[in-house]
Amino acid sequence: MEILILLLFVFVMAAFLGFELIQKVPSQLHTPLMSGSNAISGITVVGAILAVTKLQDGSELGKWLGLAALILATINVVGGYMVTNRMLSMFKKK
Amino acid sequence: MDTIINIAYIVASVLFIVGMKQLGSAETAVRGNLISSLGMLLAVVVTLFAADLDLGFIFGGLLIGGVIGFIWAKKVQMTGMPELVAFFNGFGGLSSLLVGWAEFAKNPTFTLTEGVEGSPTFTAFAVVFAILIGGITFTGSMIAYLKLSGKMSGSAIVFPRQKIVNGLVFIGLIIVGALFIATPSAPLLGVIIVLSLLIGVLGVIPIGGGDMPVVISFLNSFSGIAASAAGFVILNNVLIVAGCLVGASGLILTIIMCKAMNRTLGNVLFGGFGAASGGKEVEGEMKALTPEDAYYVLEAAQSVVFVPGYGMAVAQAQHVVKEFGEILEENGCEVRHAIHPVAGRMPGHMNVLLAEADVPYEQLCEMDDVNDMIEMVDVAIVIGANDVVNPAALEDEDSPIYGMPIINVHKARSVFVLKRGAGKGFSGLLNTLFFRENCRMIYGDAKETITKIVAQFKG
Repeated sequence: MEILILLLFVFVMAAFLGFELIQKVPSQLHTPLMSGSNAISGITVVGAILAVTKLQDGSELGKWLGLAALILATINVVGGYMVTNRMLSMFKKK
Repeated sequence: MDTIINIAYIVASVLFIVGMKQLGSAETAVRGNLISSLGMLLAVVVTLFAADLDLGFIFGGLLIGGVIGFIWAKKVQMTGMPELVAFFNGFGGLSSLLVGWAEFAKNPTFTLTEGVEGSPTFTAFAVVFAILIGGITFTGSMIAYLKLSGKMSGSAIVFPRQKIVNGLVFIGLIIVGALFIATPSAPLLGVIIVLSLLIGVLGVIPIGGGDMPVVISFLNSFSGIAASAAGFVILNNVLIVAGCLVGASGLILTIIMCKAMNRTLGNVLFGGFGAASGGKEVEGEMKALTPEDAYYVLEAAQSVVFVPGYGMAVAQAQHVVKEFGEILEENGCEVRHAIHPVAGRMPGHMNVLLAEADVPYEQLCEMDDVNDMIEMVDVAIVIGANDVVNPAALEDEDSPIYGMPIINVHKARSVFVLKRGAGKGFSGLLNTLFFRENCRMIYGDAKETITKIVAQFKG
C-alpha cells in the first residue's frame, strides 16, 4: 500500500507544479504550448512498451493491445514534437 | 537495472518540467520543446531495458508510429494545424485506453506479482479511470477534428432530452465501473469501453465549432490525466508525473482561453453556445465596395490595421497579406496586425500563419495595444474575422457574446471587411459592425481581393 501513497503524493505534487508552470503565456504561444504538452502526454508510450512483454501467461491479446497502443502513442509523440517545432521555428526566422 | 531506469525517469520528468516552462516564453520556446523531446527519448530508451520485453514487436511499433507521425507532421499545412493537434491528442487518449485494457488482458484478476506492493482494487479502479478518460479523449478529439475540418457541421448538434440522456449514460458508466472494480470481468470492461467512447461523442457534439479550440485544449488536459491514470495501472512514476503535468497545465491554458472570451469553462462545455440565437435585429444595410475603390482610400491612408481571422487561413491569404503590408509601408503607411487572443480556430493560430508568411514580428499587436490607438487608425481591414470584431459584444446585453473583449475596429475611421458573402460568423451571430456607417464590405475570396488591390498599387 505504501507505494500507492507515495505515487499519489507524486501525483498531487505534479498537479500543483503543473498549475504553477503555466501562468503568463503570451497568446501567440498558446497553440505551440498546447501542441508541445500534447506531445508530452504521449508519455503513455512508456506504458505501451511495458505492455508488449514476451508471452508468459498466454495472453496474446494483451500483447497486441500493447502494440496498438505503442503505435498510436508513438504517432502522438513524434508528430507532436515535430509539429510544435515547425510552428516555433516560424516565429524564430526574422 | 530497475533502479537505473527509475533514476532515468526522474531525469526525464525534470526535462519535461524545464521544457514546458521554457515553452511558455518566446525566447526559449524552441529550446524548451527540444528539452522536452530529449526527456521523452530518454524515457523511451531506458524503458527498452526493462525485463521480459518483446523487443522485435516494440521496434516494429516504434518504427511504424514514428514514420506515420513524421510524415503527418511534415505534410500538414499550417492552416490545418488545429485539426492535427486534435488528431494526435485523440491517439494519445486511445493509447492510454489500450494500456489499461492490455493490463486487464494480461492479468484479469489484477493479482499482484510477487515482491510488488499494491492493491488489486486500486489497479481495477485505475484501469476504469484510464479507459474512461482515454476513451473520452479519443472520441471527443475525433469529433473536434471533424468539426474543425468541416467534415461535420460546425453547429451544435442538439436533440430532445439530451442532458438527461448524457446524464443516464454517465450514471450507467459509474455503476458498471463500480461493478468492475468489485469483480473484474471482460464483458463489464467491454461495456465500460463502449460507454466511455460514447460519452466523448455525446459531450462534444452539442458544442459549437467556434468553441473547438477550448475543447481541444480541455481534451489535451484530459489526455494527460489518462496517461497519468495509465501510470497508476502499471505503477510507473514517469507516466504519473508527465501525465499530471499536462493535465494541470492544460487545464490552466484552457481557463486562460476561456477568460479571453469572457466565459467560463462550464459555459463553454454545457452552454450550447454554438446554437446561439438572440441578439437584436440590426437596422441599416451593408454597403459593398469594390477593390478598386478600396485602393483609392488605402492609397491615402497613413495608418492601417489588419485584423485576421479564420477566413484568412481558409483563403490561404497570409502571403498576399504580407505583400500587401509591404506595399502599404512603401507608400508611407504604418502597418499593424491586430491579433485577437481567440482569432482563428486556436489561440495563436493567426500568429503562426503570419509568422509563416514572414510578417515582421514587430507588426503583430495584441488586442489591448491596438484598442488604445484605434481612433487614430485610418483603415482597419478585417480579413475573414467576424465575432472578434462584433460590437454587439460591447453594446448588446442580449447577445450571447456580450462581455467578450473585442478589437474595437468600429472606432477606426473606416473599416473594410473582406468576406466571402453576407453570412453570419462561426458562432451563428449577426455582426452589427457590418451595418455601421464607417464600414464597407468587400465581398469575395480574401486572397483574390487583396491580390486585386495590390495590383492596383503596382499598376
